[in-house]
Amino acid sequence: MTPLLAVKDIVVRRGRRFCLKIDEFCVRPQEVVALIGPNGAGKSTLLTTLACLTPPDSGTVFFGSEKVTKKNALTVRRKLAVVFQEPLLLDNTVLENTVLGLRLRGQKQGAEDKARIWLKRFGVDHLAGQNALTLSGGEAQRVSLARAFALEPKVLLLDEPFASIDVISRTALIDEFKSVLESTGTTAVLVTHDFYEVQALASRTVVLDQGTIQAEGTPAEIAVHKTWGGLSKGVSATTITNRVDGSRL
Amino acid sequence: MDFIGQGFIKALQLLLSGDKEVYSIALLTIKVSGTATLISLILGVPMGLYFAVARFRGREFMVGAVNAGMGLPPTVVGLWVALFFWRRGPLGFLGLMYTPAAMVIAQTIIALPLVAGLTMSAVQQLSPKLRLQILALGASPLQFWWLILHEVRLGVLAAVMAGFGRVIAEVGASMAVGGNVRWYSRVLTTSIVLEVNKGNFSLALALSFILLFISYGVTYWLTVLQQRRRQV
Repeated sequence: MTPLLAVKDIVVRRGRRFCLKIDEFCVRPQEVVALIGPNGAGKSTLLTTLACLTPPDSGTVFFGSEKVTKKNALTVRRKLAVVFQEPLLLDNTVLENTVLGLRLRGQKQGAEDKARIWLKRFGVDHLAGQNALTLSGGEAQRVSLARAFALEPKVLLLDEPFASIDVISRTALIDEFKSVLESTGTTAVLVTHDFYEVQALASRTVVLDQGTIQAEGTPAEIAVHKTWGGLSKGVSATTITNRVDGSRL
Repeated sequence: MDFIGQGFIKALQLLLSGDKEVYSIALLTIKVSGTATLISLILGVPMGLYFAVARFRGREFMVGAVNAGMGLPPTVVGLWVALFFWRRGPLGFLGLMYTPAAMVIAQTIIALPLVAGLTMSAVQQLSPKLRLQILALGASPLQFWWLILHEVRLGVLAAVMAGFGRVIAEVGASMAVGGNVRWYSRVLTTSIVLEVNKGNFSLALALSFILLFISYGVTYWLTVLQQRRRQV
């Protein structure tokens, strides 16, 4: 099956330091890939590279079988959606924020209706007329998710979307998010530090450290691995050099 | 202290009696400073947006120049513009010396770094991730810049207020390149200096009140606009 998104031989540098050095990574249709690893492992860099927001210093990003270039990056970006840790809403009403991506992508007819449906799905439709900057963290992140789903992306890229929400709201939101992911069959890549999120949402887990992929497997396989506890505390994962099934990376 | 009261009354008398010279001076003041502010807005806002977001060789130098330009002494600007537009200067053939156009150019040079610098600062206060989010939503380059401008509109309005406030209050550049020619290039600040030199304090005070009315009126209008947009 052709992957929806893939990277090949990519290198991202910050000055002289390697941020990311990945030979191969792909996202297949309808899977939810969790990217885990300590701070500075390169998870967010990989996510923004996949989202065609920051071009790699070398290597190639593929959307389907199409090579992403400077020329078609906008067209590819318009088939994806990204949710960051902060809701990053604009100084406008909740409805305008939700409808914005659709308008930017040239969908004018029915855009508002679609936005309202997704606001309702995430339980924030009653806030449609309110300025988005006056919302609580949890409400704002719900709007941010509704905005992303309204775009009906081929791949949804999430960078610790639940990290800034309090524990009680987070659990409820993750459950709602999971039900939306399942019902829509959305393909997603999730950057997270949270074991509960990985277990609840991911179908595949990829462990990153020092900019390279150290291990991958199902969440259960990664969870039983002895270094998982260390990873979640930010300890280096360099000891993992094999796939959990025993094959070399 | 009676001067102040008398000056205020005289200002009202001049305005209510429809004194043609005072109205001509006030109108020219608004025209020159308004045009200079508008030009600096047209040039300075894109410049500020670009300097805040783009990374290019020599950016630090350009940003440093903009920041230093925010404190440019108007007299120095007047001197340099005069040197360029002087009959034997490099742009002397344009015949702009001692014209309102030369005053607009000088005032634009004064306001431009202020508008660009404050716009740049407003953009830099946005989360860098917001820029990524706008791109991720599918914004084309033009849509991207428009949305960033929309996000910093309050800061841009503040930049406009600061730019207008600076040029309407300056005297050195207008005097140097405008020449304070009666009925032609005389603005409120140069008139005030002239009346003070003549010892005509009550008229100088009257003109200063008119200047304050205009300055406050324009700034008040921009503030209302700014605060109304804040409540959207």
